[in-house]
Amino acid sequence: MARSKIVLLVASLASLGISLGAGHLDPYFFDVIIGIGINIILAVSLNLINGYTGQFSLGHAGFMAVGAYTAASITTFLGPKVLPLLGGANSPFATSTLFVCALFCAGLVAALSGLFVGVPCLRLKGDYLAIATLGFAEIIRVVLQNMDSVGGARGFSVPLYTNFFWTFFLASLTTYVVVNLVHSTYGRGFLAVHDDEIAAEAMGIDTTKYKVTAFIIGSFFAGIAGGLYGHFKQFLVPEGFNFMKSIEIVVMVILGGMGNTVGVIVAAILLTVLTEASRSFGDYRMIVYSLLLIILMLTCPNGLTQIWYEARKFWERFIWTRIKKA
Amino acid sequence: MSQPATTDDPLLRLANCSIRFGGLTAVSALELEVRENELIGLIGPNGAGKTTVFNLITGVYRPGEGQILFQEKPIEGIKPDQITAKGIARTFQNVRLFGSMSVFDNVRVAFHLHVSSGICHALWRGRTFLEEEKLVDAQVMEMLEIFDLGRYRNDNAKSLPYGSQRRLEIVRALATRPKLLLLDEPAAGMNVTEKVELMKLIQFIQDKYRIAVLLVEHDMQVVMGICERIAVLDYGIKIAEGTPAEVRRNPKVIEAYLGEEPDAQ
Repeated sequence: MARSKIVLLVASLASLGISLGAGHLDPYFFDVIIGIGINIILAVSLNLINGYTGQFSLGHAGFMAVGAYTAASITTFLGPKVLPLLGGANSPFATSTLFVCALFCAGLVAALSGLFVGVPCLRLKGDYLAIATLGFAEIIRVVLQNMDSVGGARGFSVPLYTNFFWTFFLASLTTYVVVNLVHSTYGRGFLAVHDDEIAAEAMGIDTTKYKVTAFIIGSFFAGIAGGLYGHFKQFLVPEGFNFMKSIEIVVMVILGGMGNTVGVIVAAILLTVLTEASRSFGDYRMIVYSLLLIILMLTCPNGLTQIWYEARKFWERFIWTRIKKA
Repeated sequence: MSQPATTDDPLLRLANCSIRFGGLTAVSALELEVRENELIGLIGPNGAGKTTVFNLITGVYRPGEGQILFQEKPIEGIKPDQITAKGIARTFQNVRLFGSMSVFDNVRVAFHLHVSSGICHALWRGRTFLEEEKLVDAQVMEMLEIFDLGRYRNDNAKSLPYGSQRRLEIVRALATRPKLLLLDEPAAGMNVTEKVELMKLIQFIQDKYRIAVLLVEHDMQVVMGICERIAVLDYGIKIAEGTPAEVRRNPKVIEAYLGEEPDAQ
């Protein structure tokens, strides 16, 4: 069995184990942990689009919104009809089945919207693509704001289904998919598109197909993250999926180092904790947060993993050689 | 050196090809044939339209008039990646390697045309996928070793010395398994020793892989040294074609390269 499959299995079992014991956790702490899991899914999936394939998308919050509202509609509107058939609203089996189906549909609908946005928008490059995807995300938000069946601007109440297991199982799955995809002869094409489209075409790579594929897979997981988010916060407002949310995810990808999954995961954890930790600054919170971002970008412009490489270099050059000598 | 195969059907044929950019006719009514296993040079002064001819063949531009036939099938208007899949590979005048990837991965990318596994295989990582990946690894390494790049396998492609970068670009093009290799000014920026090595390399490739090579070149030493046949472009028009000796004596070519005779003005 491939090593990555074993890692995925271990990660899923670990999240199941922790999930069973997570009942006693401090609710605030738990809240932050789930937030980290959801942000990992968002950042890793966006990293496939922005980092590996080099297509600057600012629409990730839009795909997340599509997923969040799709999943919420399924559990809210279909739930009461389906749950009794599966064994009642109190049976964990029934709610889990419903939730998984809802999440899967959320991913599918988001992927479909990714396809719709991707095909026309991917003719654009760089800044133009960023603006087009941003426009798409805003359209989604405004449409949701005016959709009365899902509460419109007043918000949409959603049952609590998200738990530690689903969040971290899906975060592991996202990472598994992105890492394995990119680490294959087929997947190197994403990086080729990122590096040089003209050369990629000359190597026989269908650049449009690769870009659309990255968009579909990325938005699929963004949709799933949205579904998890809605069923965790238990209340959805379209305003929560605005432009700032997209920027937040892009920042994670850039800080983690474009096209570096480990770095992006670290950045997702760090930034989620940072937003929480800077709460004590009250009104000055965003200033502190932004200042930290500036400092991080200045010290490691190639992403957080640079710190790791520098540390390893330092270790090898100064400490390890001395230990060997001694 | 291998002798050109004497078949009636050329591998590639440009028939009456023209392309205009606004008021400028970059290539005008060009007739050009490349036969199988032939090494042919395309030369001309700056701005003569040599690279434009490459871009026509590889599908970057579509000819305004005329036809391009590859193995007797028209290929004009087909997307560049499909043309590569049909068996025409190219290198670029200004080296275009994939900068974020290692030397190994640069060549591996080119193999994707010849692997059967796609997304699902890559995700499932089954036995067939792993075996195929292993096979690709071995083939890539073999190619790198042949061209003396094996020791750089894990280095970033853009960190190589310039001459090796050019060589790597040629290896990458060869990895798509072309029938026709287009080299766009491979000697640009090279010193004399590197040029001699390059000439040997091109002849070696043509011999080993039995493919046709179309060489766009500025450098007369290289072209005259290795090409069996040379076509000369000037202002988008083919002014001469023939063996190196014939071309060298052609007064039109001398005029295009060295200017008109003073008494003609």
